[in-house]
Amino acid sequence: MLNPISLAFKKAKQENRAALLTYTVAGDSSKKQSLDILKSISKNADILEVGVPHNTPVADGSQIQTSAYRAIKNGIKMDDIFKIVKNFKKSNKNKPIILMGYFNMIFQYGENNFLKKCNSSGVNGLIVVDLPWPENRVFAKKCKKKSIYFIQLLSPTTTKVRLKKIIKDSHPMNYFISMLNTTGGKLKVTPKDILKNYFKIKKIDPKKEIVIGFGITEKTIGKLKSADGLVVGSAICKEISKSLKHRQNPVTNVSKLVKKLKSKIL
Amino acid sequence: MKIKKKIPLIDQVSKLGFWGGKFGGNYVPETLKKPIEDLEILFNKLKNDKRFIAERDKYFKNWVGSPTRFIKLENLTNHVGGAQIWSKVVSDANGGAHKIYNATVHCLLAKRSGKKFIIGDTGAGYAGKMLSMAAKKFGLKCKIFMGAKDISRQQPNVKAMKKNGAEVIPVYSGSQTLVDAVSECMRFWVANCDTTAMCVGSTVGPAVFVRICGWSTSQISRELKVQFIDEFGSVPKKLKLYNCVGGGSSSFGFWNEFMDYDKKQCEFIGVEAGGPAKSKKHAAPLTYGSKIGILHGAAQYVNQDSDGQIEETESISAGLDYPGISPLHCFLKDTKRARYTAASDEEALSAYKTVIKFEQLRPSLEPSHAFSVAIKEAKKLSKDTIVVVNSCGDAYKDREILEKRLGKKYVKSN
Repeated sequence: MLNPISLAFKKAKQENRAALLTYTVAGDSSKKQSLDILKSISKNADILEVGVPHNTPVADGSQIQTSAYRAIKNGIKMDDIFKIVKNFKKSNKNKPIILMGYFNMIFQYGENNFLKKCNSSGVNGLIVVDLPWPENRVFAKKCKKKSIYFIQLLSPTTTKVRLKKIIKDSHPMNYFISMLNTTGGKLKVTPKDILKNYFKIKKIDPKKEIVIGFGITEKTIGKLKSADGLVVGSAICKEISKSLKHRQNPVTNVSKLVKKLKSKIL
Repeated sequence: MKIKKKIPLIDQVSKLGFWGGKFGGNYVPETLKKPIEDLEILFNKLKNDKRFIAERDKYFKNWVGSPTRFIKLENLTNHVGGAQIWSKVVSDANGGAHKIYNATVHCLLAKRSGKKFIIGDTGAGYAGKMLSMAAKKFGLKCKIFMGAKDISRQQPNVKAMKKNGAEVIPVYSGSQTLVDAVSECMRFWVANCDTTAMCVGSTVGPAVFVRICGWSTSQISRELKVQFIDEFGSVPKKLKLYNCVGGGSSSFGFWNEFMDYDKKQCEFIGVEAGGPAKSKKHAAPLTYGSKIGILHGAAQYVNQDSDGQIEETESISAGLDYPGISPLHCFLKDTKRARYTAASDEEALSAYKTVIKFEQLRPSLEPSHAFSVAIKEAKKLSKDTIVVVNSCGDAYKDREILEKRLGKKYVKSN
């Protein structure tokens, strides 16, 4: 059976649009609420990235940090995250879930145990921010054996030679970091330049899906819609923080935002 | 796991940057792969380049002020009544601590790579102060990331950084100490690595930063070896080198030249920060058996919970208040080349009192940890044993803490 991640891209292609990927932090602002958010946004999002909060995140900007610290403060543990995924999958069997986080959480859980748990809870892909290629080769192979996509990150600083090597080793989905920044930073380059870079990379192996992430908001998403997929994270985390501050329901507000994002790429 | 002889420890790394097959590495976001690789190529070339070494030595001699003194603490030795207690007064160096060596080398590297900006992290404020000094000297613009808690407890160094023209950026996330300052500094580098050089303030971080810092602070033991020969005619037959260990930069530099000596002749003792006697929190991952984890790009022993979240530390000494430890020290511990122990806040304060009572020397709270263990152990050692403590920082920066904990009479102003 094809990985639900590939199915999601296929479906989006049939509808002649980019896939919409969302990123929310597991346990933000509570275990139950983060599950409710996933359930609610899954109507409009094609692939759900679930952030594994970590307290020394070296690549995340302030919005995702705030969400992560909030989740950790509320007591989220690795096993709770697997439970959230499992519960979500009970009612959304085919909606792909990608866990995104830092390697120490996997390292402490034990690579093999972690992957076993991914399988039993229904995780379809992994993004490990601080496990670059070639350091990730062994682990990526283990993922493949378990039918989990290990998603490689590509950056504007990745050299041509390196891009080719990474893509050759990669699974069917890759992630292009739009610019030199942490997550949620302002776009420092124009969408046009991002796409120019993007299509250069895409040409290396057109069969592989490449999504664009970092700095994508309601304002910029429409201009990037010719990509295979687009990830929105910080803007959603910000919406949760804002809702909490104004004593509004984050589930409703985030759902509205995701619906709006979707409408911009149709 | 074994240490090789005749190869500098900083070069005993695998292709992927691991010591002993499991400590160190490069657990970094993809964006940093290229700038790190560029820095590696530059450093590997320059560390063997005679002209670069001559340039380094020129600045170490004329600007940092080398060699720093190697003195016998006669009164303290008589008071303790055991081994001879000596000190390598590294706080003589320009700026008042060993951090100047690493800062100078990073600025020289930044100049060579054509970067105009340099950023750095700081805990006690020394790494930041020295980087701001070196940046000023070499005409680089400088930003220093510092935890908000450390900013309030290490004001003299904050003032010095600002005076040198550096921008001090307070970090409010997490525990608001060194660990968060390093994270924030790395995040800034992720966003600005095309124009900006990064200096990691200790022998921590991705492998190349561990190596650069170790290469720089090794100046301490190079000087000491010469001083031994001047003083005793050779390296002493019974030698014990005590040093505090936070990230591990001063201790590594204090020991490096003596790495190949048998540990029966030359023993290394690293003293970590045990934290307040009554608290469970500490900054001593080697002493208290913390598990291996990944922090700031490197695998190391680190204080963490079972999930892998990094735990908050507690220590009176901002310079030692770090949950991890250099991969070099993890390697030295597992190969049993060095021995590690901890001193509590109270023990460090008491050692400080003893040292200033008997000597014209005012070690900061960091080396006071090392003095605490050295004094205790020296009592039981023979008179022909040479105990050397690296006094790697001056207590000037700790004025406020010392006044609060010990009272005014223990604080001299200068």
